[in-house]
Amino acid sequence: MKVLLSWLQEFAPFPSDDPVALGDVMSDLGMAVESIEHIGQGLDGIIVAKVLELRRHPDADKIQLVDVDTGNGEPLQICCGATNLSVGDTVPLATLGTTMPDGMEIARRKMRGEWSNGMLCSGRELGLGDDHSGILLLDGSLALGTAIVDALGIVPDVLFDLEINPNRPDAMSVAGVARDLAARLGLPFAIAEPNVEVIAGDAPSRISVAIGDPDLCGRFHARVIEGISIQPSPRFIADRLTALGMRPINNVVDASNYVMLELGVPNHTYDLASLPGGALQVRWARDGELITTLDGTERTLTAGRDGVIANAEDVPVGIAGVMGGASTEISASTTTVLLECAWWQPMAIARSSKFMGLRSEASARFERGTDLAILDLAARRLAELLAPSGARLVEGAVTVDGQLPDRSPVTVRTSRVNRLLGTELAAEDIASLLRPIGFLVEPAGQVGEWSVTVPSFRLDTTTETDIIEEIARHHGYSRIANRVPTSTQTGSLTPLQRDRRVLRQVLVGLGIHEAMPLPFLAPGDLARAGLPAEAVTLTNPLAAEESVLRTSLRPGLLRAIAYNESHRTEGALLFELGRVFGLPGVGATLPDEREHLAVILAGNSAPAAVEVLAAIEQTLGLPAITVDQQTAPPGLHPGRCAQLLIDGVLVGEVGEIDPFVLEAFGVRERSAWLQLDIAALLSFPHGEHRYRSISRYPSSDLDLAFETPDNVSAASLTDVLRSSAGSVLVAIDLFDVFRGGTVPDGSRSLAYRLRLQSPERTLTDDDVAGVLAAAVAAAATLGANLRG
Amino acid sequence: MIDDITRISDAAPALVLAATTIDQLRGVESDLLGKRGSLTELKKGLGALDADGRREVGAALNVARASIEQVIETRRLELESVERAATIAAERLDLTEITTSRPRGTTHLVTQTWDRLVDVFVGMGFTVAEGPEVETDWYNFEALNIPAAHPARGMWDTLYVDLGDPETVLLRTHTSPVQIRVMTETPPPIYAVMPGRVYRRDTADATHMPVFHQIEGLVIDRAISFADMAGTLESFTSAYFGGSIHSRLRPSYFPFTEPSAEYDINCVFCEGKGCRTCSQTGWLELGGCGMVHPNVLRNVGLDGEEWTGFAFGFGLDRLALMRHGVDDIREMYTGDLRFLEQFPS
Repeated sequence: MKVLLSWLQEFAPFPSDDPVALGDVMSDLGMAVESIEHIGQGLDGIIVAKVLELRRHPDADKIQLVDVDTGNGEPLQICCGATNLSVGDTVPLATLGTTMPDGMEIARRKMRGEWSNGMLCSGRELGLGDDHSGILLLDGSLALGTAIVDALGIVPDVLFDLEINPNRPDAMSVAGVARDLAARLGLPFAIAEPNVEVIAGDAPSRISVAIGDPDLCGRFHARVIEGISIQPSPRFIADRLTALGMRPINNVVDASNYVMLELGVPNHTYDLASLPGGALQVRWARDGELITTLDGTERTLTAGRDGVIANAEDVPVGIAGVMGGASTEISASTTTVLLECAWWQPMAIARSSKFMGLRSEASARFERGTDLAILDLAARRLAELLAPSGARLVEGAVTVDGQLPDRSPVTVRTSRVNRLLGTELAAEDIASLLRPIGFLVEPAGQVGEWSVTVPSFRLDTTTETDIIEEIARHHGYSRIANRVPTSTQTGSLTPLQRDRRVLRQVLVGLGIHEAMPLPFLAPGDLARAGLPAEAVTLTNPLAAEESVLRTSLRPGLLRAIAYNESHRTEGALLFELGRVFGLPGVGATLPDEREHLAVILAGNSAPAAVEVLAAIEQTLGLPAITVDQQTAPPGLHPGRCAQLLIDGVLVGEVGEIDPFVLEAFGVRERSAWLQLDIAALLSFPHGEHRYRSISRYPSSDLDLAFETPDNVSAASLTDVLRSSAGSVLVAIDLFDVFRGGTVPDGSRSLAYRLRLQSPERTLTDDDVAGVLAAAVAAAATLGANLRG
Repeated sequence: MIDDITRISDAAPALVLAATTIDQLRGVESDLLGKRGSLTELKKGLGALDADGRREVGAALNVARASIEQVIETRRLELESVERAATIAAERLDLTEITTSRPRGTTHLVTQTWDRLVDVFVGMGFTVAEGPEVETDWYNFEALNIPAAHPARGMWDTLYVDLGDPETVLLRTHTSPVQIRVMTETPPPIYAVMPGRVYRRDTADATHMPVFHQIEGLVIDRAISFADMAGTLESFTSAYFGGSIHSRLRPSYFPFTEPSAEYDINCVFCEGKGCRTCSQTGWLELGGCGMVHPNVLRNVGLDGEEWTGFAFGFGLDRLALMRHGVDDIREMYTGDLRFLEQFPS
């Protein structure tokens, strides 16, 4: 909502000297000032000039040379980039030495070798409207050389652009902003009675209104205005509309818009001649009803959603509260209008305009709730504005009520106000904050309680809390002292939140970087990643490439690797900790949402991922994770992958991305892969890290190499060796794997170092020999034989 | 015999000095003093002498041995010093040749900011709550006092998913549904923050992403007022941004709080003096806050006469960008190593 200082001053005597301070007050009241524009300032050096000649710039296509006359008959050369000029046009010229409203200084300068002795200006450059499509063309009768401010009669003004919250229907009008501001500043506020002449006649005998559906329309006020002659609006109306961002059309449309902006009462004028019998009826639309609206668009209406104003033949002539119809539009031949000032149910208009995708200045006001009490005043104000063109208001009005909003008084307790705000306001303070903004404050039964009636322009306010917000607003948020609650609770992270930090530390320590790819996938991404295609899809994605919710972190990380490779970053090591979304389980509404950790190591083969897994396992103190190569997880290199299990429960997968999948994602490097289901993994007891006493006795190492068949996993050999050695085994390390040489095909040599130590004594040669014999025997059960 | 001793003793210094390495010196030492060394050999002849002769020669031998040992020791120290100098010289490294670093990864900027924020709030006595990213309409809107036709729904561009009836399941547009879950599942008093990932139907540009992060806070207790909210936010502001940065509250509107406020902080770039980032206002809009709306309390079964509370929330990504001067939010989400590596943690 934009407001002009001069317009505000018509309602209360606001000072002109410090617009910025005034803006600060508006912001503090919740009408946030987004910008302050000083109109008609910085125009001192701008004068009226006439185009004498247009010439091509010898050395530039986009600039022409314009000779202008500034009143002394001497041609003055200007370089100009605009193309809308013709010889004889009257234009604004910024003379040398002028400082433009935006701060730019005009100096004599050469543009591609040609002198420019000033600048011809667009409307926007002068702060006169938004037009920047060409040079502002002026009335040819203006005296050349006159200051533009005098020539155009520009009165300096200040334009505030305000952001109005949905709960401030009152602030959708100049008068409403003025009322709020005057209340805070302690200035008298009044909306003047329109000074309008009424001509004899009996309007109610010429028009009729019926409200068929009272849940759509609360009040319909209709009047007749005669003597309409369509012509341009007076200058002050056109200027103010322009300043507030509306285009002047003609006197009738402009007066209608002016009243809407000034009083917040959207209204509509019908050409009375186009309404059979002058009759209107208000009802909900029927499905499939058609109407061509003022913007020339044919629209199909929906029952239970849209309201209509229909004529005597039951044909819609307007969409209630949203936009009028073309069939009754005023035209050059209009002489008499029916003026509608109505109050529509806010929710009805909100729904209708939202689902029709048609938002208008009118609907924006109706859906917040307009002022029911000033419909009559608004109608007379409109007639007053039109009077200079000869229009006359006909005596009598038709006012029909539907369902009116509830305005029963609300009890406001001083104790509750202070409890909710942390203030120490007296009951009288509360009354004196509310009364200036139109609330009727009367004593209620109890001491310290008020019975408060909400004004007609604040229908959003219906509860005690709503009113407390108004009290807080006018008391001033900044005047409420800071206090810090005494929490009885201890701040802490959950075990999961602590574990996540540990996980990230481990990965970062291993040189891996955390990435956050978007969780949206394109259809087919999952299949390309070798994963099942079933996934939750979006109803209204922005693009098809973002229409699927990921079930795995794999596609996103693969894409990140491809991105890095394409930017010449090889060997990127990335991890992500994020949610994946499976289809809902039986009876569930929401997807099977899980947190996964995934690690991708470009330029690395599977063992690198196994090492990362081991680091995680050790740091988190998890039970032993079984690396099970019996089943290949989908999309991984079938010979280099494994499921990860703890006590038979699937907790993740490790290995290498399938070469087909790498190719499908355009990844050139072999990439190791690790994925863990965080909830499954951390459901096992972990993080204990119990102390084991460190033996004071010397340890002995036993190095053993076994010729082991390929179909016997190292893990299984390690397991039998570990259990055969018993309690004296403190460490077992598979330190060499060797194929070829004297090792026959189909086997490899696995070399272990067993470190033996007793907490109680020094081990004897016999002890070590015993472990050796047991280890050899145990290995033999798997077909692994000790090498000589 | 004395002559032999004198001869060996006199010759020894030259032999010792002729050794130029520790090894050679060891050889010389062995030749002179070793088991079969010349002086040792002479000592074996002592047995053939009478008592006086043994005393005299023995004493001479001891003197000679001590003198030779002295010379060898001196030479050893010299040679060791030379050899050490040679080794040191040979092992010299130009450490400025080393331009790589031990590989260390980084956590994401969002994670770093997340942890930093959470740490401040934990220090202020808050716990940290989380919830699902895909939510029902009830948790995301209805329970928060935003019924279906409410004009305020337009404040969020919602991404819906194809589950259940149309427009009943969605990607949460804010972390506020976690507030509802916390209030439904935990009896008050509640002091909790809720960081999380949120979604909007927004086209990605330099300042918007369809996926971003928020942190919200919720306090519900018996005598919580607007003043407590203002004080809490002020404490957080100076704890997180530094003691010279303060907060202010301005009236605003949110369906789930009343009274509602915009939460601004002094511009962290100009410390309130006015600069381009803050459009010369000296203030940055950080987020929203307000007293929990009575309807929201009712929806989670709390008596608004007994319990009051406040909630606040703000964007997390913007704080990350601001802290490091990143001017395009999209860069955070490409996984580009050249970006990630810039922010070690």
